[in-house]
Amino acid sequence: MNPAVETYPPDVRPPSLPPVHSVKLTVNGKDTELQISPWTTLLDALREYMDLTGTKKGCDHGQCGACTVLINGKRINSCLTLAIMQEGAQITTIEGIAPTEGNASQLHPLQKAFIEHDAFQCGYCTPGQICSAVGLMNEGKAKTTADIKELMSGNICRCGAYTNIVDAIEDVMNQKNA
Amino acid sequence: MNSFTYFRTDAVDTAVRERASEPTAKFIAGGTNLLDLMKENVEHPTHLIDITRLPLTTISDNVDGGLRLGALVTNADTAYNEQVIQRYPLLSQAILAGASPQLRNMATDGGNLLQRTRCYYFYDTATPCNKREPGSGCSALNGYNRIHAILGASNHCIATHPSDMCVALAALEAEVRVTGSNGERTIPFADFHRLPGDTPNIDNTLEPGELITAIDLPARGFPEYFQYLKLRDRASYAFALVSVAAALEMEGGTITAARIALGGVAHKPWRKPEAEAALVGKPANKENFQAAAELLLAGAQGYEHNAFKIELAKRVIVRALGQAAKLEPTA
Amino acid sequence: MSTPLVTNTIGKPINRVDGVEKVTGKAKYAAEFNVPDLAYGVVISSAITKGKIKSFDASDALSLEGVLQVFTHENRPKLAWFDISYKDQDAPPGAPFRPLHNATIKYSGQPIALVVAETFELARYAATLVRVEYEELTHETDLEANLHKARKPKHGVADLLKPPPPKPRGDFDRVYAEDPNKVAGRYVHSAEHHNPMELFATTVSYEKNGKLTIYDKTQGVTNSILYVTQVFNIPFSDVRVLSPYMGGGFGSGLRPQYQLFMAVMAARELKRSVRVSLTRQQMFTFGHRPATVQQVALGALADGSMNALYHDAMSETSKFEDYTEVVVNWGGQLYPPENVTLDYKLVPLDVYSPLDMRAPGGVTGMSALEVAMDELAYNLGMDPLQLRLKNYTDHDYNQNKPYSSKELRECYRQGAERFGWPSRNMEPRSMKKDHNLIGWGMATGMWEANQMPARAEAVLMVNGKLRVSSATADIGTGTYTIMTQIAADTLGLPISDVLFKLGDTDMPVAPISGGSWTAATVGTAVQTVCQEVGKSLLKLAKNMPDSLFKGAKWEDITFSDKHMRLKNDPNVAVSLQTLVDLNGGKAVRETSTGLPNALKQRNFSRATHSAVFVEVMVDEDLGTVKVTRAVTAVAGGRILNPKTARSQILGGMVWGLSKALEEESVMDHNFGRFMNHNLAEYHVAVNADIHDLDVIFVEEHDDVVNPLGVKGLGEIGIVGMPAAIANAIFHATGRRVRDLPIRLDALL
Repeated sequence: MNPAVETYPPDVRPPSLPPVHSVKLTVNGKDTELQISPWTTLLDALREYMDLTGTKKGCDHGQCGACTVLINGKRINSCLTLAIMQEGAQITTIEGIAPTEGNASQLHPLQKAFIEHDAFQCGYCTPGQICSAVGLMNEGKAKTTADIKELMSGNICRCGAYTNIVDAIEDVMNQKNA
Repeated sequence: MNSFTYFRTDAVDTAVRERASEPTAKFIAGGTNLLDLMKENVEHPTHLIDITRLPLTTISDNVDGGLRLGALVTNADTAYNEQVIQRYPLLSQAILAGASPQLRNMATDGGNLLQRTRCYYFYDTATPCNKREPGSGCSALNGYNRIHAILGASNHCIATHPSDMCVALAALEAEVRVTGSNGERTIPFADFHRLPGDTPNIDNTLEPGELITAIDLPARGFPEYFQYLKLRDRASYAFALVSVAAALEMEGGTITAARIALGGVAHKPWRKPEAEAALVGKPANKENFQAAAELLLAGAQGYEHNAFKIELAKRVIVRALGQAAKLEPTA
Repeated sequence: MSTPLVTNTIGKPINRVDGVEKVTGKAKYAAEFNVPDLAYGVVISSAITKGKIKSFDASDALSLEGVLQVFTHENRPKLAWFDISYKDQDAPPGAPFRPLHNATIKYSGQPIALVVAETFELARYAATLVRVEYEELTHETDLEANLHKARKPKHGVADLLKPPPPKPRGDFDRVYAEDPNKVAGRYVHSAEHHNPMELFATTVSYEKNGKLTIYDKTQGVTNSILYVTQVFNIPFSDVRVLSPYMGGGFGSGLRPQYQLFMAVMAARELKRSVRVSLTRQQMFTFGHRPATVQQVALGALADGSMNALYHDAMSETSKFEDYTEVVVNWGGQLYPPENVTLDYKLVPLDVYSPLDMRAPGGVTGMSALEVAMDELAYNLGMDPLQLRLKNYTDHDYNQNKPYSSKELRECYRQGAERFGWPSRNMEPRSMKKDHNLIGWGMATGMWEANQMPARAEAVLMVNGKLRVSSATADIGTGTYTIMTQIAADTLGLPISDVLFKLGDTDMPVAPISGGSWTAATVGTAVQTVCQEVGKSLLKLAKNMPDSLFKGAKWEDITFSDKHMRLKNDPNVAVSLQTLVDLNGGKAVRETSTGLPNALKQRNFSRATHSAVFVEVMVDEDLGTVKVTRAVTAVAGGRILNPKTARSQILGGMVWGLSKALEEESVMDHNFGRFMNHNLAEYHVAVNADIHDLDVIFVEEHDDVVNPLGVKGLGEIGIVGMPAAIANAIFHATGRRVRDLPIRLDALL
C-alpha cells in the first residue's frame, strides 16, 4: 500500500492573486481589450471573456484539436497559449473564417463541404476540424489523401466522421485546383 | 494552475537577467508542454518570461558549413525549411513524426529539447514520482510501465524522453547553444540530456537560468541514406513506443559512417558508439544491422509491461537501417 | 395504387438541418451559455481509492478574494434522504453514488469538493490550495484477482431492457464432450471510457425568482430534471433543463453526472449562476465500459451444424450498484444449437459503476462469440461465412420467437460480394506484400431494435409552417434531421417549412436517447402527432363550404406539396395554409404519445443485424496493424436518411476499430486508479488510422417494430467490427488473439 500523497504543491509561495493586465487582442479582424490575468489561456479568453464559444474545449491539453484557431494564418491549439502572449497577432476563429459580403455572412467553402459530406455528427470537434483544414490548405503540404489524413490527425473526431472529413477537404482542394 | 506574473521582452540579455532575478521563474515560448503541466499542477512557476519576441527565429548558415536553428524557430518551420529538407532530411522526418500540425506550429526547437516525460505518474499528482517530487518514490517501477525505459534507467526513475526531434538531433550530433548569467556556452547533444540516476528531477545539463538560443547542426547531414522510423499505438498523434533515427554514409554497398539513435527507450536519446562503429566498413545487410541492434540493446532491462520493447527495438533498428540503406521500401 | 405513407422526404439523403449551426460554431453546448454574473466551479477529485476524508483545510483557498465557497460533505446543504431520490432513469439496482454525501471514499477520482470562484482560473487555482487528509483503506480493483468473488447480479427494473441469460437448454456438457469439432477460449477485454469530445459541463442560470434554468450535457433532459427535483427537493415548476446540442454521448450522458449536482447545489446555495465543467482527467471518474473476462466454447458436427454453445462472462461493477449488460445472450439468439448454457456474473470492485457505452454488452459478447465462430470454422476447415450460413436461423431460440424481420442473409451476400470475399484463400498467411501479411476476416453484428413510449407536440402555425418538438436529444445521431423529415413527410411539407426542436423539459417528455431506440421512439411520436394535426386539418377541410372532403375519412387522404389531397383523386386538394386560415386565427396544435404496439411486438423478437468484412495489413516484423478496408452491410429496417445513417455506421466502424486495436483504460491496481486519463495516452482512432470504409444498407421491411419500420443504427456499426478485425489478423498471421485491444506487442 502506498501512503496517501499530499497533492499540495510543495514549493508555492503564500496564496496570492495574479496581476490583471489590459490585454489587446485582434480576433477576426476586430480589436478587443480584455482585463485579464496572465493565467487566462487564449481558449478561455475566447470562450469565457469574449463569448466566442465556437472554439471548443475538448481536453485543454493539446491532445484533441477541438480548440484549433488560426494565428496569423497558422493553425494552433488555443488551449496551450496564454491570451496575453497573442497580443499583436491576427487571431481567426470559426466565427471569422467565412467571407463577409455586405452584412450577410456567407459560408466558407470548407463549411459548405462539411455540411454536404456530412463530415460531423455531434459537431463538437467541427469548428476545430474546419479551422485545422483552413490551416492545412494554407500550409500547402498535403498532396495526397494519405497526407490529408496524417495532417488532420491532430483533430480527434470521436463520432468517427474521418472519411467524410477527408472527402470534404479533398472536395474543396479540388475546387481550388480546378 | 498557480498564480504567476508575466514579463515580456525582445532582448535576450533582458530575458536572462529577468530569469536570474527570480529562481522560480520560467521561460515560456511555445508553451505546449509547460502550460500543459501547469494545468496539471506539476509545474508551478511563479513568474513567466515570454521569450517569443526574442530575435532567435531564423535558420541560418554557419561558417563551418553547418546550419543554425534559432531556438524560437517552430518545429513546423524547421521541418519544412528547404535547407533542412535538403541537408538534414532525417531531422525533418523526425519532427513530422511527432505531435500534430497544430503543436508543431507552436512548439519551438529550443522548447522541444526541454519536453518532459509522458510518464503517467509524473503527470498525476496523486501518485508518487521522484521526477516530480524527489524522494517520493517511483510508481512506474511496479506500476504500469508500457511506455517506460528499457535502457539507462535507475531504481529511482524509469521515465523516457518523449521527443522525436531530439532523437534525430542526437544522431546528427547537433550542439546546443545556451546563454546565461555566466555567459554563453555550447553543449554537445549527447551531453545535453542526462540519465536519471538518483536525481531524476533533473532532465538535462542546463544550469539554472540558462536559455537555449540555438541548435547547431554540423555540416555532415546524412542527406542520402537516412530513416526516422517511429512505432506507436496508433498511426499518428501518439508518442513513440520505440523510434529509431538511422543515418548512413555508403560507398557502393559498404557503410562508411553510421549513426543510430533510439527514442522512447531511455531518459535521453540512446546511442552506442560501438554499435555504430561495428557497421563501418561492413556491407549494408540484415546480418550486420542485426549485430548493431544487439549491441545497441546490450544491457536492456524490461519491466512488467514493456519487455516487448527490447525485441521491438531491435527489429525497428534493422528495418530503419534497411530503409536508410535503400534496401527496403519505406512505405 | 395507394401507399400507406407518402414518402416525400423520408429516405432522402438530405443534409443535416443543424449543419449550418455546427459548422459556424453557433451551436451552443452546455458550457457555452454565457449568462450574466456567472461563477465557476472546479471539482476536487479524491487522490485515494478507498477510505475516509479525515479533514479539509480550505483556508488558503478561501483567503483569496473572489473565491466564493468551497463545498464539501461537511458544509453541503441538506439533501434528499433516501436512495430512491438519487435513482435516475438508467440507474442499475443498488444505492446510487451521492456526491459530497459523507467522508467515505469509494473510488479513485471521486468528487470530494467544489471550489466556486468569480473566474474559472481562480477556481482552478484555489482548488490546488485545498488540503485534504485521508485515512486510506485497502482497495480491490483488479477483476482478474477477484474472479472468485463473482456472483449473480441483483435483479431490478434494468432486467426488462437487459434480460439475464435464459435458463440452459439441452445438455451442453454431454453434447460438447462428444462433438467431433469444438473450440474453447478465454477472452479478456479492458475497461474503456466514452470520451465524447465535449467535456461534461452544466451551466445553471439562477433566475431572479430563484428558478433554475439548467444547460446540461445529457442524453435526456427529463432524466436531469427528475434527478435535480428529487435530490434537491425542488418543484418541477422551478426547474427547466435544456440541452439543444450535445458534443457526443455514446452512453456517457445516460445518467446525470456529478457536475450537474455540483452546479445546481452551488447555484442554490450562492443564489448565483454557476458553471461546472469537468476536466478531461475527470472524464475518467464516472462510468466506463467494464472490464470483462469471458469464456466461449462451441461444438459442431462435421458438417458444421452447431449443436453446443457455452458463453459466460464475468464483469466488474462497483460496490454500490449492480451494473449489468447483455454480454452472453447473443449466441443463443443468433444461432440455433440445441444445447446452450449462458452465464453472467458480476465482480464488485472499488470502482465507479460502469455505464452503458456504445453497444454495451453487445460488442463485448459478440467480439468473443464471433472470434470463436472463426476458430470453429478453421477447426472444421470450413469458410467462416459458410459456417454462419450453415447455422442461419430466422428464429430467436432464447425467446423462442421468430424475428420480425432478419435480412442478415442478404447482408452476408451483399457484403461478401462488395468485399470480394468469395475469392478468399482460407489458408492463414497466404497473402503477403513486402513486409506485410494481409488478412481477410468477417464477423456478424447484432443489436436489439427497441421502442419506448414518447410524446411530441406539433403546431401548424398561422403562417403555414410546422413546429414540432419533443424533449429528446440529438447526440450527433441526426435526431433533428430525421424528425424534421418524418414531420415534413407526414404532412407533405418541404423540409424548410418544418422546425423540429428538442432537448428542453418544457417540451413533451421523451426517454433518454440511447440503445438505438430514438429514431423508432421519437419518430413514432412525431409521426403520430403530425397525423393528429392532419386529422384536425381534415375536420377543418370538411367544414369548408361545398367541401370536396365531406365524406373523406382519414384513410382517404394524403399530404403532399403543402396540400391535403384525396388519395384516389389527388387533384382534389386544399393547401395547409388555407386550412390553418380556417382555424379562427389560431395555430393547429396537437400533443400526443407514440406508444409501442406491444400486442403486435410481443410475438416477435426484434433486432438489427450486420455482416462485417475487413482487410488488414500486419507488419510481420513490427506487429503493426492497418485496417486497409472494411465493408459493413446492415439490415436496420427502413433507412430514414441514407446520409446520416451512413455516418452513424461509419462512426460505429471507427469505434470498432478503435476498440479492437487501441482503446484501454489502464488501471494501476497499486493505486486503484486509471492512469492514462487523458487523450494523449488513452488512444482513440485518429484520422490517419482510418482508410477505406464502405457501408451497405440492405433492404428490410418490418411493420412490427413500429409503423415507420425503423430499427435504429446507433450501436450496430460497432458490434461486428472488433471480431472481424481479430479474425482478419488471424488470417493474416495465423495468430489467434482473443484479448482486446490487439496492439503490436501481441503480434511480435
